[in-house]
Formats: sequence, C-alpha cells, structure tokens
Amino acid sequence: MTVPLKTVPLDDGRSDGKNDAAIRSSNLDLETPDKPYLDSNELVINMGPQHPATHGVLRVILKLDGEKVLGTECIIGYLHRGVEKIAENRTYTMFNPYVDRMDYCAAVSNGLGYCEAVEKLLNVEAPPRAQYIRVILTELQRIASHQLWLGTHALDIGAMTPLFYTFRDREEILKIFEKYCGARLTTHAFRIGGCQYETYAGFEKDIKNFLTFFTPKIDEYETLLTGNRIWLERTKNVGVISAADAIALGVTGPVLRASGVKWDLRKAQPYENYSKFDFEIPVGTNGDTYDRYLVRVAEMRQSIRIVEQAVGGIPEGPIMGKVPKVIKPPVGEIYHSIEGPKGELGYFIVSDGSTQPYRLRVRPPSFVNLQALDLMVRGLLVADVIAVIGTIDIVLGEVDR
Amino acid sequence: MNPAINTAVGGGMAPVATTFFFYLLGGLAIAGGLAVITRRNAVHSALSLIVTLLSVAGLYLMLYAPFVAGVQIIVYAGGIMVLFLFVIMLVNVETSSKERQFNRIWPIGLVAACTLLALFMSAFTKGKALFPDRMVTLAEGSNTQQIANMLYGEAGRMGPYTFAFEIASLLLLVAILGAVIMTKKKI
Amino acid sequence: MPNFIMSYLGSTVTPGQAGNQFWALIYVLIIFAGVSVAVMAMNWLERKSLAHFQIRLGPMRVGPHGLLQPFADALKLMLKEDIIPAEADQFVFWIAPLIGLLASFTVYTVIPFGPSEAVSDMNIGILFMLGISSLAVLGIVVAGWASNSHYPLIGALRSSAQMVSYEVAMGLAVVSAILMTSLNEKGTGTLSMIGIVQAQQQQGIWFIFKFFPLGFLAFAIFAVAMVAETNRAPFDMAEAESELTAGYHTEYSGFRWSLFMLAEYAAMIAVSSIAVTLWLGGWMRPFPNLLHAPAWDFIFSLFPGLTFGGLAAIAVLGTVRMPSHSFFKIQRFGLAAFAALLGFIALLLLVIALAGRSADASLAARFSEGIGHVYWFMLKVAVFMYLFIWYRATWPRYRFDQLMRIGWKVMLPISLGVLMLTAIVGVIIS
Repeated sequence: MTVPLKTVPLDDGRSDGKNDAAIRSSNLDLETPDKPYLDSNELVINMGPQHPATHGVLRVILKLDGEKVLGTECIIGYLHRGVEKIAENRTYTMFNPYVDRMDYCAAVSNGLGYCEAVEKLLNVEAPPRAQYIRVILTELQRIASHQLWLGTHALDIGAMTPLFYTFRDREEILKIFEKYCGARLTTHAFRIGGCQYETYAGFEKDIKNFLTFFTPKIDEYETLLTGNRIWLERTKNVGVISAADAIALGVTGPVLRASGVKWDLRKAQPYENYSKFDFEIPVGTNGDTYDRYLVRVAEMRQSIRIVEQAVGGIPEGPIMGKVPKVIKPPVGEIYHSIEGPKGELGYFIVSDGSTQPYRLRVRPPSFVNLQALDLMVRGLLVADVIAVIGTIDIVLGEVDR
Repeated sequence: MNPAINTAVGGGMAPVATTFFFYLLGGLAIAGGLAVITRRNAVHSALSLIVTLLSVAGLYLMLYAPFVAGVQIIVYAGGIMVLFLFVIMLVNVETSSKERQFNRIWPIGLVAACTLLALFMSAFTKGKALFPDRMVTLAEGSNTQQIANMLYGEAGRMGPYTFAFEIASLLLLVAILGAVIMTKKKI
Repeated sequence: MPNFIMSYLGSTVTPGQAGNQFWALIYVLIIFAGVSVAVMAMNWLERKSLAHFQIRLGPMRVGPHGLLQPFADALKLMLKEDIIPAEADQFVFWIAPLIGLLASFTVYTVIPFGPSEAVSDMNIGILFMLGISSLAVLGIVVAGWASNSHYPLIGALRSSAQMVSYEVAMGLAVVSAILMTSLNEKGTGTLSMIGIVQAQQQQGIWFIFKFFPLGFLAFAIFAVAMVAETNRAPFDMAEAESELTAGYHTEYSGFRWSLFMLAEYAAMIAVSSIAVTLWLGGWMRPFPNLLHAPAWDFIFSLFPGLTFGGLAAIAVLGTVRMPSHSFFKIQRFGLAAFAALLGFIALLLLVIALAGRSADASLAARFSEGIGHVYWFMLKVAVFMYLFIWYRATWPRYRFDQLMRIGWKVMLPISLGVLMLTAIVGVIIS
C-alpha cells in the first residue's frame, strides 16, 4: 500500500469523502471515490487523529457495513519528526537521547537497543556490572510499559479504575529512574559502552522494596479484570490473529506470543546477560485480546523474577567499557534487535567510517504490529476496533518516528 | 377524584374542575390532532400526536378508567410513538418536508369529513334518550379488577373475553414471528 | 381556608386521597426541593466516591472536602454560553431536556415515603410509574434528533433502544412482585405503591425474601434492568466518551446539559425507589413484625438521630484532621459549621424520638413515626445510589450488541420464568 505523499492535501482531520486523497488512493476497493456512501448500508467513517482512544495521533478510516467493519486503513505520520534523518547528522553519542523519544513509554529499552547496536559495530562489550544494571532497568521499564498499557486498555474498554492503580504503582518505578538518572520518562539511562551513572546508595534496597510492594499489586489488577464477566465478554475472541498470519505479517512481541508462537528474543537470541537468568516465556493459545492481556500480565510477573535474580547479585567493577572518546565505528553495517515491551525493536546502522552514521533505520515493533490491525478487525463491531487498537499496544512516537 | 369526597373537604371546587379539565384535555387533543396534519416537520407531527395521546389518557382518567389510562401511556405514548420517531429519524425526511402539505384533492376530503360530522351529530341528537343525564359514579378501585375479571375470568370460570384474549395473544405472536423472519438476513 | 389547611393534619391518608390540594402542593414543593438537593448530594458523592475508588481525593478545594462543588458546578453551568447548532430545530432542541426532566420528576408523585407521606396514592401507582418512565425515552430520542448531527442521532437511537428493551424485563419483574401482593385472605392484589408496602407488612416478609429464590431473582432482574434503564455503567456505551458515537447530549452545553444530568440522577433515584418499595419493604424498619415490642420501636426510632450524629462525628473528625495552616482557616470554619448543623439536626431528631416514645397519638409521636418512615426509605434508596456509583467505578462497559443480547435473550426469559413460577407457587400456596 502506497500513499503518494505529494498528493495528500493538508489535513485538518475532517473527511467529507470527496477530496480525501487518502481515501481515493486507498486499497479499500472504492469504485466511486466521490461518494462516502457506497451502497445502502456501507459507510466510510473516520476515526480522526484526535480521538481519546487511538493512543496518540492515529487516523483510522473504517469501512463499515452497518456496524460491522469491512476494512480499515491507518493513516500515520502525524508524529513523524524525521528521527532517522536526524541521525545522519548527529554523532553516535549525540543521537543517544533521541532514541528515547521514539517509544516514549519505554525509553530505557530504546536506549538499550541503540547502545547495544553501536557496541556491536564497535565490537565492544559492556562490563558485567553495567550489564546487570542495564537488565534491571530494562525489566523495570518493561513492567512500567505494561502497566501503562493495562491502564489505558482497561479505560478504553470502560473500566476506569485500573488506570489509577497501575499509574500509582508505576510511580515507584519512575521514582527509581529519577533517582538513578534524573529523568522519569525520557531517561537516556545508558551510554555506548556501558552506563554513565553509578547506582546510587540504596539502589538495591529501593528495588527490593519495590518488588515486595508490587507483587501483590499484580494480583490486584487480576482480581479486577481476569475473571470479570464483562471483561471476558469484551475481550474473548475479539481481534483474533492466527499464528501463521502473525508470522507472515512480521508481528512480534506479546501479540505474537499470544497467538501461540513461543518466540522471545531474550531466549532466542540472548543479548546482555539474559542467558544467566531463569525466566519463562508466557504463551497464549487463541490469539485474541484476552490472551494478549494474560500474556502481558504474566510477562510482568516474569520481569519481577528477572529483577529479583539480578538485584541480588550485581558484581563489582567498572560500569563503562573501553570505548574511545570519539566514536568512529569501522565501515560496515549491523542489524541488532532486542525484545522491547512491545515487540522486536531493531536498529539497522550503516557506518561509513565517520563519526555520524550513514544510515540509521529503526524497526519499531508498533509500526509492524499495526499492520495486523486490518486483519484483526474484519468482521468486528466498531466498539471492538478501539479495544483492538489498545491491545496491539502501539505508541505513535515509535510508529511515526 | 370522587366528587363526593371533594365537596366534603375542599368545598366547591370539584364540578367546575371536572368541566374545566374536560374542555382542557379535549381542546389539547383536538389541537394536537390538527397540529399532526398541518406541521411540515415530521418530528413535530409525532410530538403533537404524543400530546393528543396523553390528553386522551387524561380523558380516560376522567371516566374513572385509570388502568386504561396507564396502559395508554405505556403502550401508545411510550412504545408506539417511540417506534414512530425511530422510523421518522432513520428514513430520509428532508425530501418529504419539501413536498406539498395537503393533497390536491382536498375538497373531496373536506366533503367526507363533513359527512362524518353530520353522521355523528344525527346519532347524538336522535339517540339522546340513550345517554344518561348524569355520569355514573363508579368506585375507584374497580376498573383494574373489572378488566381483569372480564379478561381472565373469576372464581374459577372463564370470563366473557378470555377466549378472545388468548386468540389475540396468539395473533400477536404470529405477527412478531413474521416480523423477525422478514427482517433477519439469516436465521 | 385555614380550616382547609388544618383539616389535613389529623388524617392518615395522603393529600391526594384526602382531596386536599394545598397540602398536595406543599408535598410537591418539598419533594422538588428534596430531589434537587439529593441530586446535588449525589453529584458530590459520585465524584468523591469515584475518586476514592481510584485512590485520589476528588474535589477538595471548593468548600471543605469539596462540599460546595455541586454549587460551583451548577453556577458554572448556568453562566455558560448557550450554544445551539445552526441547523438544529429550535423548538425541539429546547423541549427535549424538558421532556426528560418532566418524566423523571412526575414519577415522584406516587413514591411513598410513608403510609401517608406521598403526594397521592393512585390505585394504579406502579402502572403510572412505568408509563412515565417510558416517556423519558422520548426525551432522549428527540434530543438526538434535534442536534442535527449524525453521531448524536445514532447515540440517541441506541440509548432509547436500550431503554425500551430493558423496560420489558423491568415490567415483568414488577408484575411478579405485584403477584405477591395478592397472597392475602381476600385474594386481591393492588397496584398502588402504598398498598404494596402494606401487603409486605401484612405478610410479614419483604418480597425479596418471599418464595426464595423467586423474589430475589425478580429483584435481581429489576436491579440490573434499572441500571440499563438509566444508561449507567456498565450499560453506558451510548454515552461513553471514548467511543465513536458521541451520545445524545453532545450538542447541549451549559444549562441544558445540566437539565439532562438532573433528569438522569432523578431517574436513578426514582427507579431505586421503585425497587425499594416493591421488594425491600418501602418505609418499614427492619423486622417490624418480629421485634414489635415498644422497646424495639424506641430503639429503631433512635436511628435517624444516631445517623446524623454519626455524620456529624465524621465532620468533626474531618475538621480536626485538617491541616492547621492559615490557608485552611475558612475551610475548617466551614466544616465545623457543617458539623454543628448536622449535630443540631441529630439532636432535634433524638429529642423528637424521645418525646414520641409512648405510642399515643401525640404530635411528637406522629412526627417521630413519620420521620422514621422517611428515614428508612431514604436509607434503602441511598444504598442503591451507592451501588450505582460502585458499579461505575468497578466494571468495564458492555458492547452495545452484547447489551441488547442480555436484555432480550437473558433478562426476558428469566423474568418470564420467574413470573410463571411465582404465579404457580402463589396458586399452590393459597
């Protein structure tokens, strides 16, 4: 599907169906692009970029038959900031803060992926102490990202209380981040070659307190939602995607695992020192919204396990590897991916030997997972579209970059 | 509402009130009816019809038939008129409001209405002997009871209309089933 | 004229039965004022309760603990600009909130706060309530139409379809409660609200416990249907903010919107009153037949005063725990004044209860009895109000087709079954 950029007019969010180039050039099989009403029952409506439930500036064009969805098309790009182009004009160190802004709900993971990719280019490994710190913070970030997802997803479906519970508990993680690196959201926690900041006094104690505080909270969230009759009716068999379809579309992360495919990069292509820790990969069976919910909640529990194991044994030593002051990787290219909270987050860096990358391409998990939206919502009702958008767990900063 | 009780306690308000309310409700009913056929906007017509139906319910109350009044509100004003409004709103209405309001052959309609009026007047004057000169004052609690006895029977026997009632409910069942079958795309 | 006014005071029937228009008007004014105050209190309670469920505080600034927030909201809504869509039908746009409001408030003429504390005891009381509730649907349909916009129209049609569907189940549940009123020696039931409560008193059991579990099932069906009838969570898909269809009151701003909210809360209180009257014994105190010694009567008559005393104690606790900073001086003073007011009311009620101890027909005894009736009725209705808020805080919302499926495929068969079983059991027993 291609949307020729130069023919899309300036969009103020309204669509009267007549002059909308996006609809005209879409693949929704519209024979008469001038009329929004195609036959007596079919209707093309626009969930505009401004909508409380699209998790950002996402525009979804729905072709409906009465209340049933026949097809969708996502118009993205409202948050495109040219991050990859900016990377070509920044040194590797200068670009590090930019990656946080892509998936702003899981900034630490973005930073981890980028730093590891550049370290691979430089053929440098972070020292063990740095790896432990990195794993701890990344897993905490995974919990925080899943908490945000759970709160907003439940709110979309109508349960307004879990939002406040998850955000309250997420505060503890953000406090730890703030004490560690000074920022809660866009953390810039890691550096190429290791970590910049030493763990503060009380780091292990804070994390251990958090773990004892948080483990019963997951049970609290589950009590509210997992057995709830209304939650089950809203999420079971809604937005089903089969394992074959998921693999064919390149979907990764909890969406893939909920469809039954046991694929997690932390186990399949271990990075950092994940192979030292003992944890499981939760896998679902149906591939519906309920399974994705269960998988993410189980992942939070597994992250707790990892952090417990890690925080008990942080070794002493340096936190920064042998990295030159001016980073000039040798000519070459690398693709390195990590398992972010939303899926496989990959960085493809082409280096031409200078201090600035020749090309940096980010493989955002939300961008690829969003393509599955069309397949998931065919035949569902309009109210389910919102639930499915929530369950894919997209962040527009990542989708658009 | 029994005039006997009113005159004992209140003093002199009842008979005037009865006549006043009769003319008020009757006038509202007629005004509503006229508005139904003269409004351009279909929703206005439907709302006027609701006014008419509610006035008729009030008239039933004045005839000491509270059960019928209650059922009139529930069924007519609350159910059938909602259905009317649904249909009006789902159907493309703008074209109909631009059409002529009254049919081109309206003189014939006027003649028919006048004939009907003449028929009513002659029946009223010729049969004056049949109407009592005072309203029968029924005890209040009995309208529901009487309808129940007629429809369902009492003391173990069937009432005069029990059979007709059951047949009518079967007819309604047939109508519901027919509507469902005709409108569902697939069973 | 004074004779007319005074002649009612000794009677034991409602003003409607006694034909006393003056006292009927007084009762209507009292009910109107009471419902308005109740709606404002309900607004405050909802915001504070939801906030506490969500581990936050809710309104705290406008008045001590946000107690003046409803006044601020009402003032703001009255002063807002009145926006009318350009293409909207002016007359219908104006009349739509009024229809809903009229329907919600007219219902209160038959609600029995006591054996003679009602505006009028129509002998078709429950039928009247069901009929007027069905008129409220018209207000919503017309509101969606008058906005002249695609999405409010769809939202209005959905809301009204939902209300009409659940009215059926509601009506059948009500009928099975009415059937239970006919289980006396004469074999005649009654549709009048006061008669239904008196039937429960005669049979010595609240109808929710009668023919267990039939009475409870009928009550449960009504309890679910009344939540759907008032478009509250979990059945509020048609007016939820995060959905595609925006709800019938989107185009209404300021005062007109507040009329819709007033109608919604008044309808909530009204249907809760029906549930309390039909199944929970109306104005009766707990165990009126079992524990009928004068000592028990006296103990239960102390409850209104003790309740207000408890509320006053909570207010005093709030005053004491308020930060002793100069910024909070006015709030502390306000809350202390409110606590004093509550304490004064508590004292008054206790004095009346004490004075009316003996079971004679003195003025204090009759006052104490009347206050007791109103108190127990409102306590039960207040429990339902809290349940409404609790449902909204806890549960997600049903999708619209699931909602309709429940209304027609689950509620209707169960209520029909309960009705038939109640009738069969009633015939067998009598």
